[in-house]
Amino acid sequence: MNIKLNGTVHAVDDGASVTTLISQVTGRNLAPNGQAADGQKLGVAVARNSEVVPRSQWYVTALAEGDDVELVTAVQGG
Amino acid sequence: MAGTTVAGATQAQQAADPFIVDGVPLGSRLIMGTGGAPSLDGLGAALIASGTELTTVAMRRYSPAESGSLFQLLVDHNIRVLPNTAGCFTARDAVMTAELAREALETDWVKLEVIADEHTLLPDAVELVDATEQLVNRGFKVFAYTNDDPVLALRLENLGATAVMPLGSPIGTGLGILNPHNIELIVSRASVPVVLDAGIGTASDAVLAMELGCDAVLLATAVTRAQNPAMMGEAFKHAVIAGRLAKAAGRIPRREHALASSAMEGRAEFL
Repeated sequence: MNIKLNGTVHAVDDGASVTTLISQVTGRNLAPNGQAADGQKLGVAVARNSEVVPRSQWYVTALAEGDDVELVTAVQGG
Repeated sequence: MAGTTVAGATQAQQAADPFIVDGVPLGSRLIMGTGGAPSLDGLGAALIASGTELTTVAMRRYSPAESGSLFQLLVDHNIRVLPNTAGCFTARDAVMTAELAREALETDWVKLEVIADEHTLLPDAVELVDATEQLVNRGFKVFAYTNDDPVLALRLENLGATAVMPLGSPIGTGLGILNPHNIELIVSRASVPVVLDAGIGTASDAVLAMELGCDAVLLATAVTRAQNPAMMGEAFKHAVIAGRLAKAAGRIPRREHALASSAMEGRAEFL
């Protein structure tokens, strides 16, 4: 199925979770609690259809066709 | 004090006089921004040279092409992260950005920046007040970037801001502190930390901010776009300490006429 990720169309498996998506995009393995499996900081957050999805809910949140997902991280600024 | 180095004295001074914000003691009164640095390596060197223990970052869309993690760099150097809401024009956007930052960086501290337009980058007072109220209600510790307006600064404090951060002059201009009187007035009435934010051009501007009674200084461009960022970072490290000491030491009053510092009595007489 297709979702929108950061403004562009992105293909994911049907019923993929937020965890699966983040893992696919960042190339990092995630524990079910939303932390990076390598123990380093992941430093990303997700909004789905303009609602923040808490890290603890990534694993149990299934994406749906047409979802609008924003994936953000810290960059230089301020 | 034989054997005491300048660096040792600097560390002792910072340890004896921490910058306490939200109950957290910080060893440096210099808050750094990260915008404008050409490379992550250069930025890291400048941050270390500046001695900062708190540094701002912006929240933007994740890009796999981006090399290295700024957040990890700060974590590795024991520098606390202060996410900002740069680029937000409305309270709604600022609250959403703060929520994302809290999730991504696991901190409830936020530098609230709600600007009116891209030309001036000046804070929009109405949206700022609205956003401060919403964020405080959601449990955020709000570091409010504000105009150098003593009335607005007090309003933000009364709404529950953790720190008020008046600008010296518009972001990135390097014009220094355009209205020192207002900054002094903000300081004299505040019971939360006052951080001089924006407009700093060089070390003397930071010294002045501290002499006016500010608790800390926040700057980015003055270091990241300096010809030698690491050297300028170090200059600012000493500037905030010098200004803080001068403020505490109590300056002499200004006088209209000269006052000799050498006694007139006991001079030798020459025939």
